[in-house]
Amino acid sequence: MQASPAPAPVTEIKNTTCYMCACRCGVRVHLRDGQVRYIDGNPNHPLNKGVICAKGSSGIMKQYSPARLTRPLRRKAGAERGLGEFEPISWEEAFTILSERLAKIRATDPKKFALFTGRDQMQALTGLFARQFGTPNYAAHGGFCSVNMAAGMIYTIGGSFWEFGGPDLDRSKLFVMIGTAEDHHSNPLKMALGKFKRDGGRFISINPVRTGYSAIADEWVPIRPGTDGALLLAIIHEIIALGLYDRDFLVKYSNSGQLINVNEDSDEFGMFLRTEVPEEEACYDPQDKLWWDRNTDKAVVTHQAGADPYLFGEFTLRDGTPVKPAFQLLKERVENYTADWAAGITGIPADTIRRLAREMGVTARDQRIELPINWTDSWGNEHDTVTGNPVSFHAMRGLAAHSNGFQTIRALAILMSLLGTIDRPGGFRHKVPFPRPIPPCARTPNTPLAVKPNHPLDGLALGWPSDPDDLFVDEQGQPVRIDKGFSWEYPLSVHGLMHNVITNAWRGDPYSIDTLLIFMANMSWNSTMNAVEVRKMLNDKGEDGEYKIPFLVVCDAFQSEMTAFADLVLPDTTYLERHDVMSILDRPISEFDGPVDSVRIPVVPPTGECKPFQEVLIEIGARLKLPVFVNKDGSRKYRDYPDFIVNYETEPGSGIGFLAGWRGKGGEKMLRGEPNPNQWEMYAKNDCVFHYELPKSYQYMRNWNKGYLEWSQRNRVTRYAEPILIHIYSEVLQKFRTAAQGKGPTRKPPEHLKKRIETYFDPLPFYYETLESQASDKHKYPLCAVTQRPMAMYHSWDSQNAWLRQIHTHNYLYVNTHTARVAGIADGDWIWVESQWGKVRCMAKHSEAVEPGTVWTWNAIGKAAGAWNLTPDANESQRGFLLNHVISEELPASVDKAGPGKLSNSDPITGQAAWYDVRVRIYKAEAGEPEQTSPQFETMKPYPGQPERKSVWNFFAGKNK
Amino acid sequence: MTQLALVIDLNVCVGCQACVTNCKEWNTSGDAGPMVDQNPYGKDPTGTFFNRVQTFEVGEFPNTETIHFPKSCLHCEDPPCVPVCPTGASYKRKEDGIVLVDYDKCIGCKYCSWACPYGVREFDESQKVMKKCTLCVDRIYDPNMTEEERRPACVRACPTSARLYGDIHDPESEVSHAIREAGGYQLMPEWGTSPANHYLPRRKTKLRLRHDEIERADNPLKIDGLLPKPSKSEPSLDDVTSW
Repeated sequence: MQASPAPAPVTEIKNTTCYMCACRCGVRVHLRDGQVRYIDGNPNHPLNKGVICAKGSSGIMKQYSPARLTRPLRRKAGAERGLGEFEPISWEEAFTILSERLAKIRATDPKKFALFTGRDQMQALTGLFARQFGTPNYAAHGGFCSVNMAAGMIYTIGGSFWEFGGPDLDRSKLFVMIGTAEDHHSNPLKMALGKFKRDGGRFISINPVRTGYSAIADEWVPIRPGTDGALLLAIIHEIIALGLYDRDFLVKYSNSGQLINVNEDSDEFGMFLRTEVPEEEACYDPQDKLWWDRNTDKAVVTHQAGADPYLFGEFTLRDGTPVKPAFQLLKERVENYTADWAAGITGIPADTIRRLAREMGVTARDQRIELPINWTDSWGNEHDTVTGNPVSFHAMRGLAAHSNGFQTIRALAILMSLLGTIDRPGGFRHKVPFPRPIPPCARTPNTPLAVKPNHPLDGLALGWPSDPDDLFVDEQGQPVRIDKGFSWEYPLSVHGLMHNVITNAWRGDPYSIDTLLIFMANMSWNSTMNAVEVRKMLNDKGEDGEYKIPFLVVCDAFQSEMTAFADLVLPDTTYLERHDVMSILDRPISEFDGPVDSVRIPVVPPTGECKPFQEVLIEIGARLKLPVFVNKDGSRKYRDYPDFIVNYETEPGSGIGFLAGWRGKGGEKMLRGEPNPNQWEMYAKNDCVFHYELPKSYQYMRNWNKGYLEWSQRNRVTRYAEPILIHIYSEVLQKFRTAAQGKGPTRKPPEHLKKRIETYFDPLPFYYETLESQASDKHKYPLCAVTQRPMAMYHSWDSQNAWLRQIHTHNYLYVNTHTARVAGIADGDWIWVESQWGKVRCMAKHSEAVEPGTVWTWNAIGKAAGAWNLTPDANESQRGFLLNHVISEELPASVDKAGPGKLSNSDPITGQAAWYDVRVRIYKAEAGEPEQTSPQFETMKPYPGQPERKSVWNFFAGKNK
Repeated sequence: MTQLALVIDLNVCVGCQACVTNCKEWNTSGDAGPMVDQNPYGKDPTGTFFNRVQTFEVGEFPNTETIHFPKSCLHCEDPPCVPVCPTGASYKRKEDGIVLVDYDKCIGCKYCSWACPYGVREFDESQKVMKKCTLCVDRIYDPNMTEEERRPACVRACPTSARLYGDIHDPESEVSHAIREAGGYQLMPEWGTSPANHYLPRRKTKLRLRHDEIERADNPLKIDGLLPKPSKSEPSLDDVTSW
């Protein structure tokens, strides 16, 4: 081998932030003669410390993909949606079309404009735009991703996994991963797992499937999908029965000892006893609850010096009110949730369940860590040490994407609390800006009057309801949002329900809209349930010949299946071509030890006429004269997105903006400070990342850490510095149940939803079979079907990537070998997988790494023919398949005895899409059937401006432009 | 004499494929490149990769292990691909033990890939020459790089640090320690190729729970009155017998 002689090329290295998935690692992009030659991890970056994954290493093939959209496109007059018949137009035309249409909507009825985005990491700007426009119809993808994980944990401990917090594997001794997709959290979790294993930690994986991370687990515990709640409740039962809970932690830091009114005849039934009416309506938990003190045998205000509450028992207040501590109610709740009971549901032997509970409890108790760190708690007690019970957990969509996910995740958060592991070394740790009050302070409006022509929305489009009066409904209790978020159907839908937007808008329920703008979401394909029907809805016309969703705008960098349905396509840039911020106002990349945010700075110029979506929003915002984007005289306020990032403040003079680092005129401040004209340069000089390490004494116990909470308040991370007690018992949920029972001072649900609210808004976690399962004939459909996300592909993003698609060119349905043989299915056979909603023809693969009642496949590998500028005979469309075709976005409301109509196929509390609830049967395809996946769709053609598709590529950077 | 090699820790490899594509992106534009991709956007795409991860299952449900197995040229100490080469294109370097192919001498006869028992040689259908892992020979001696960077791309990329790199002939090197202490082994030693790359096996951590260690004297159930001491007035043997 010899290097070929060539003139010395011009090479340079530029720092930016990766976006091949949502991890947002620091990367160094090596350029040769202006072309991307190599992308490696930035060793100085706190998130990835120099490592990089398969996706990040393939950024080159994303940048130079033939699926790139490079020109604004308009659907040709007379061409049907879905065919991808487009003509290129100028940006000026695109802006004119869009701003004229949007101006009319804004002047008449702003809610007729809906903006939904695929990823939430630009939410601070997209949300601001929607609010300024005045529409309530805005959300990101969280509702169909993992909102149960966010809501279930935040409503319990004030924080959650992923961007919000995670397992402290550096100090953990036992790590339990349950229901984790391999894309969440990618590099940081891999790095931590590798180190944890080498340090001799014990790793248990609970999952129906053994792939990726689970492969290196010391023990794999196969579980039936949707039954994790039963397992967790049985473990809680064991932990309590054996006395393996951390009593001291629960007493001081949770509401376990707080007394609850158990007089069933009282309007206050199920509510905490309070000493006084709170002085102000604020979004913190006032310290006005009662304990039954063991020392004086009477009710006292919690956390009184010298007092120690009973956790068990029943007591009577002087006025005769019977009361019980919250922990007593939890104990009663799990009384019948025995290991033997859970074994029958989960498929896990009872002895294994008991052993898991003992391993967790004994490790937490006997391997306790004491770090010599002084800190002061919210009640003024000084501590010489920080204690850690080194048992940690990680969970994600496997728990979340079920219609019983919220209560399952509540059970997980309660188990973690029982073990005394919250924001402690070796357990779960928060990341700034978490923990938040329970619930966090953001609220939506609670009336349709908040939507006014030519006026910003009076409130946030997404929020955290604390009681029924916070719901975003009209006087009849009907939803204000198109997705019915924050309505009685899905009261705590804190991330919205993007998965129902198209169906609802098509049906005109609760109303019709005019324009739907979709950013970076493949809503006619892998990001929608029931893709076949949803595609028809996108194309469906009313009697007047108008499309039922009159105007569809799609902004994306690539020719996704969704772009084919657009009336207007806006070509976005790639992550290497734009400025971007990982904002503290959104979901930053904080570490356990303090806040971190970061930026992207372009390393190559935009391809063709690509324009960053941020610039599009600022341009449209200025044209529509949305208040934030214009000066008082109506002239455009911000030159461009970088200018906006530097100078925008949440309120004039607030000192709070999108970026936390190098604020103040000279960059001398952080988190809060005047705009700094050189902020971008300072980020650029510092590896594009800002990282503030909190003093050690502020790094733990942050729910109740006086020093941290006051730091957080001074820096305006939070409004209040009150302690955030863990909600073992959720009074928030009880308030909804009380309303459903016709009691209490708040609004009451409509008649047909009362039973539903009363059932699911249980203040203590409980197990119920998933809704779809309840509505399924389990003899006919005996199997659960789920998807997993591969580590080398991010959702649908990477089939256009020449290197990554060679790793996952098409997908199989993995079937337990025994299950397959019983069904007469050989390895590699073509089969049908069928649910009550639809069927798909695909190829089967035998596997010993899946529990016998589950079949699974990799998500989003299957593509429509011709999409992403793959050839029409590409494996992705001919052999790859989507499981989405057998999943419905709705269930008959009769499942919940909630009237005749339909309800979203979602968690009844949060509206989380219940992707993993579907039940199927499998059978061999007939001899003579085509060896091709079914259904098939009209082949998509390349659009004007798309790069040429190479048939042989000898990529060598700098030579073959 | 130096023998550079990779030691791959199967105990922590999660099969993420970072090493696969990072190798490809470094090497396609490096001294060993380009590395062709055929039908990159069509049916049955196939390309040259110096490093691939195979995933397979061992055992029967529920006692199943899923193994992620990265594989690239093992830089054998006695490489069978070298003597079979009719042109001398395939050679092993004396100074560091790396096995390389001189593309200018390679006539694409594929004898070497037939001789290799590990299936790690990759024929470039575009250039019609045999290619393979170079251990990033164009990185590890580059004076323009920092010491941290003078390592193979796959080693630097690996998120779980499953790939160690160094001189297996130096008994004090990190790789020699790892091989000795973690039971490092060679692939198919019976072939006598003495591959330089080694693999570290899976290791299980277990918690031994003794029955009498589950509950302790300071069980909180006692505090909360669920394990109460019996009342003095409850019946006892004292009431009924006098021995």
